[in-house]
Amino acid sequence: MYPAPFRYHRAESVAEAIGMLSELGEGARALAGGQSLLVLLKIRFDEPTDLVDLARIPGLDAIEQRDGEVRIGALATHARIARSEIAAAIPIVRDCANGIADNQVRSRGTIGGNLCSGDPSCDWPALLTTLDAQVHCEGPAGKRSLPVDGFVEDLYATALQEGEIVTGVSFALPGPGSAGAYVGFKRCAPAYPTTSVGVQLTLSGADCVDARIALGSSGLTPIHATAAEAELRGQTLGEAVIRRAAEAAVAASDPIDDQRGSPAFKRRLIDTLVRRGIDVARRRCAGEQVEVSHEYY
Amino acid sequence: MSTTELAAHEVPKVAIELSVNGKRYRREVEPRELLVQFLREELRLTGTHIGCDTTYCGACTVLLNGEPVKSCTVLAVQADGGEVLTVEGLEQDGQLHPLQAAFSEHHGLQCGYCTPGMLMSAYALLERNPKPSRKEIRKGIQGNVCRCTGYHNIFEAIEAAAAAMRKE
Repeated sequence: MYPAPFRYHRAESVAEAIGMLSELGEGARALAGGQSLLVLLKIRFDEPTDLVDLARIPGLDAIEQRDGEVRIGALATHARIARSEIAAAIPIVRDCANGIADNQVRSRGTIGGNLCSGDPSCDWPALLTTLDAQVHCEGPAGKRSLPVDGFVEDLYATALQEGEIVTGVSFALPGPGSAGAYVGFKRCAPAYPTTSVGVQLTLSGADCVDARIALGSSGLTPIHATAAEAELRGQTLGEAVIRRAAEAAVAASDPIDDQRGSPAFKRRLIDTLVRRGIDVARRRCAGEQVEVSHEYY
Repeated sequence: MSTTELAAHEVPKVAIELSVNGKRYRREVEPRELLVQFLREELRLTGTHIGCDTTYCGACTVLLNGEPVKSCTVLAVQADGGEVLTVEGLEQDGQLHPLQAAFSEHHGLQCGYCTPGMLMSAYALLERNPKPSRKEIRKGIQGNVCRCTGYHNIFEAIEAAAAAMRKE
């Protein structure tokens, strides 16, 4: 399958990319690793006139930690993030980076592309929402930073303006007593998740000081499950509290009926995954080493 | 989301230069040409198979700059300046690579369609991890689908190849 014909442009800098995308207008698309975009072009879901290749822009793939903040460049691949010191230090990042698709897709796919595709099945938007991340953008009007919560506005639609690109994301390094887990279920390794859940807890003993919960593949956008968080915050984590949080997360979800499952099936999965995410996050808060990622048959 | 459609002849070709199995090639390609089509149709290296064509099955796996990729989901222009290794590049001086020998010895295939991709993913795995556990082998070929074997003999072959390669 060939994509429809398009012109190819290679940007050597962020400024050049913004210039090209602005000049070429609405028919142009930014290309990073291509693991979301090329799939859509091959089935001719989208037929851009021009692709602006960002992949060779120097410096956009850095993964660094400074002054309690983690910053990941838009061009960092899932595979590099999974192998990074950041992933070793923050297990929820490793869960997500290792859970996306398979080895081959992780070699090419980037965190920036994953975020900008606006596909509700992508994992980074939900993970970054769990970590309350900022998205750093640069466009014709200059630089700006937005909260990731709300960045994906609708199916395949993001907050990016014409000519604007994402240069990176950042989030605070989780403090002591804070740990999370990102768990998903998919039919096989290369498949998008049927549903996925991110949970970040800050605990003092068994008491929940703070909680963040986000859902991926559970509606037309990533879902920040604020009502589920409210069920946990200030509570002692016990069976009834966790059940109410899981119920609130399920109530916040709006899963579609597709080949991955019925809405009823997905709601059951979300319930299970929220409970599992809380369990793993809680054990990690207590210092236990727990390996999780997306599960598949 | 569709915009004004361009005809293929309205689109300028792009000059690319890349190394495939150690040999340099310079060609002009249509921007939309996929790496797998470049390998099969331009270079006539038909060992790399097209299976599902939808980034699922892994039959088209090659190494690009040392990393396994699905060549049906990489544009040839994206590989410009890169180094590609395909299944044809595994044998050296007429000798099968230990992975190829082990797949033959352990009958790690039936129809053979997925085999080039399996070999390339296994190669990438063993480059990074010369002594993988059975679980790590399963993870290593998670992006490669075989509809014949049930994978058992593929695992056996990769384990045997890893052992043979460690002795060298």
